[in-house]
Amino acid sequence: MPILSADQAASRVFGAVVNLGKPGTYLHWGFIQLSLANFVLIVVMIAVFLAAILLPFPHRGGPRS
Amino acid sequence: MSADTAVPAAPATGAPALLPEDADQWTARVRRRAVGAFPPERLLPDRQPAYVASWIYVFGVLTLTSLVVVLLSGAVLALEGPSWWHQSSVGLFVNSTHLWSVELFFFFMVVHLWGKFFMAAWRGRRRATWVTGVVAFLVSIGTAFTGYLSQQNFDSQWIGTQAKDGINATGAGAFFNVLNFGQMLMWHILLLPLVLGLFVVVHVLLVRKRGVVPPFPAKPAVVPALATEVAPVPSAAAAADEEIGEQR
Repeated sequence: MPILSADQAASRVFGAVVNLGKPGTYLHWGFIQLSLANFVLIVVMIAVFLAAILLPFPHRGGPRS
Repeated sequence: MSADTAVPAAPATGAPALLPEDADQWTARVRRRAVGAFPPERLLPDRQPAYVASWIYVFGVLTLTSLVVVLLSGAVLALEGPSWWHQSSVGLFVNSTHLWSVELFFFFMVVHLWGKFFMAAWRGRRRATWVTGVVAFLVSIGTAFTGYLSQQNFDSQWIGTQAKDGINATGAGAFFNVLNFGQMLMWHILLLPLVLGLFVVVHVLLVRKRGVVPPFPAKPAVVPALATEVAPVPSAAAAADEEIGEQR
């Protein structure tokens, strides 16, 4: 097995997950058209937003003002 | 005040004592207004209200932090130039750092925007804070757009040729030519960052002046057994906010 440099290995791992060697995938809902990548990003943003509201915030044991 | 006048130092701070005849000078007036509007303890407070202990309040600072990385990586790119950021490995790294810090900047800013929108963050005389944030967001879009045009590669050429008809259709093409690399670069690294920086500074100063917006007070609870409505319980945060509003 050939020895790969770190960036070559990273490229192979990334390439196995996301193939950038072909046209992008687009989603269509009526007049709405957006790329799958942007859709995934929006979903992640909504998930982070909900997590920011719901997850408890760590704080020190001292009195809070 | 003449340079050869001996001015006694104030005992507490070591700063020159204010002479009565200097009280009406514009420097003294500006200083009084600045300290009155932004006393040091409000400008850099040691503590925040208890309601700030929530992850949703973190995204403003995350946005600012990303902006600092954007500015620093952009400054390095400006020092070295397009050949360096396209061909050397360090240049490619800094170029990618610039791109991904922008991605994170927008990511955090939009989550910050959602949080503040659903909190109605313009409450309590915070309209100017909200508006400066919205303007900063819009200017950021323009800055990012001109950044894509300043890459000096096929991607920027493609974006420029695709954008020109749309821009020309609005009439803005007469003074904003997306095919003019020098003009787009100047907008990207000078004009728009200046405007963005100004609005961000004013936005943060207004946050310090008006305070961080508190969450909504608790809604009235209905007890099913008695079918009576319990009076709303104002949160300590809301009460403190009202108190601050009355003081101003």
